[in-house]
Amino acid sequence: MNTGIWKSIRKHKESYLLMAPYLLFFILFTILPVILSFVFSFTYYNMIEPPRAVGWYNYIRLFLDDDIFIIALKNTMLFAFITGPISYALSFLVAWMINDLSRTLRSIATVVFYLPAIVGASVYPMWRLFFSSDAYGYLNGILMNLGFISDPIAWLVDQKYVLPILIVVQLWMSLGISFLAFVAGLQTIDRSLYEAGVMDGIKNRFQELWYITLPSMIPQLVFGAVMQIVVSFSVADVSIELAGFPSTEYAGETMVTHIMDYGTIRYEMGYASTMAVVLFVMMVLTNRVVSKLLSKVGT
Amino acid sequence: MFRIQKKKAGAKARRSLGGNIIIFGIIALLGVFSAFPFIFALITSFKPINELLQFPPRLIVRRPTFDNYESLFQIASNMWVPLTRYIFNTVIVAVLGTVFHVLFASMAAYPLAKHKFPGKKALFSIIVMALMFVPQVTFIPQFILMANLKLVNTYGALILPWIGASLGLFLMKQFIEQLPDAILEASRIDGANEFRTFFQIVLPNCIPAVMTVVIFQFVNLWNYAPKELIYSESLKVFKMALEQIAASDPIARMGAGAAASVILMIPPIIIFVLLQRKVVETMTFAGIK
Repeated sequence: MNTGIWKSIRKHKESYLLMAPYLLFFILFTILPVILSFVFSFTYYNMIEPPRAVGWYNYIRLFLDDDIFIIALKNTMLFAFITGPISYALSFLVAWMINDLSRTLRSIATVVFYLPAIVGASVYPMWRLFFSSDAYGYLNGILMNLGFISDPIAWLVDQKYVLPILIVVQLWMSLGISFLAFVAGLQTIDRSLYEAGVMDGIKNRFQELWYITLPSMIPQLVFGAVMQIVVSFSVADVSIELAGFPSTEYAGETMVTHIMDYGTIRYEMGYASTMAVVLFVMMVLTNRVVSKLLSKVGT
Repeated sequence: MFRIQKKKAGAKARRSLGGNIIIFGIIALLGVFSAFPFIFALITSFKPINELLQFPPRLIVRRPTFDNYESLFQIASNMWVPLTRYIFNTVIVAVLGTVFHVLFASMAAYPLAKHKFPGKKALFSIIVMALMFVPQVTFIPQFILMANLKLVNTYGALILPWIGASLGLFLMKQFIEQLPDAILEASRIDGANEFRTFFQIVLPNCIPAVMTVVIFQFVNLWNYAPKELIYSESLKVFKMALEQIAASDPIARMGAGAAASVILMIPPIIIFVLLQRKVVETMTFAGIK
């Protein structure tokens, strides 16, 4: 038995050798951290003393004794299950709408819509200036000039406004890699399917979308969903850059900002790892459910 | 009668004029929303100080000037290390992180796409799942690991996690899979081993995918600037330096901050515009079956 395994490894030596350099980095910097966070989640670890086992304490503390984690969880759920699906649908709809444009126009549109995803992070100061709390802030300036408000509103400080603004900015950045996959996928659908569809009595573009386009794009839709899950569950930068770290009354706290708080400021690595584990589990489960749902498209 | 209408519609189902107008309107509106912050940054960066502090603020610039860019570089050149040092660091991180990722990921993608070996299926499903475990999500355990490997405050902290990123491998594998087996067979019959086949046949036929992975990787490395991983001024990348300048005095340096935003957004935009066609070509194969 054992020699059989060795034989087959020897036989496929070249395959494994080709993969070795990549796998070294992949295992060390992607897989090992995930495993480590499972291990550290059962410890108290402050990076100075060696980790001390604490059993399920971190998990109990997380759900029963950390009010801010509950806020973070709620906000992350909001980004994952409300903003995320909207982003995903928007990515698809925009890709679908620009698909009928001419080649040049479609290229220009692709660049314009994809811009926020690649360089959005460089423009956070502009959003801060736009939503600035004083009268120099553009939104305040415009609204005061038009007479809608008489005093400037602290958009990024006031708890009422923080989360809606973060959602708007997050939506602005939402046409990412999934959008590109949709743009590409739409162009490869077999034209004869559309012709056959017309023969079969498809009358308008919406029927065509549901009965022909979407079912032909399931692989891209699944890939897009994975990418969307990554973006939605890891919302953090936008909150840190716009609402501050921590944000007022933790109004803009997400799971990743909460992890950063415990990991990089309080150095409670065990507790931060526990939250990371919860985040991983949530992402993997969501991925499972979404893939199941997508296999039902067009039926 | 019915027949004629269908023929007019051509290959696709009927597009009503009203629908076309509505759709075009929506695209235009969303496009303006998408581009607005960039145009806003560009305009703000050219505003002289009196226009920056004007009330009510205006969205246009009356007398454009380069003052903000000049003052940005002045502040930058008065910092502890010369500006060129930050640029040098950025180039090192972006180039090493991109070259090694593209090389290793495409080498690994070839057997995953074209060879049969034990463990292949399991390995690929782990890689697909790992598409979700990007460095932003695994930051803390990675940070613990880096600290224990004494990698914090080295170039390695910024580069190494991205070399093993899974998106590049996934895209390369999907692309290589659709290459015809015949060209590989021809090379093998000539007596080439798998390494030679990879470098002489596979890689030259994967240029669109390589370009695409280069863009994604470059953009990721360009935007990745976690303060926790680098604290020596002499190792910081360009983005960290510009952010420090803009953040140190947000009101007085509003103009300089806008100029910094503009400078930071230019390289990724240029690269994406130049290579856009290749990206779309590659993404055609990106689906998960």
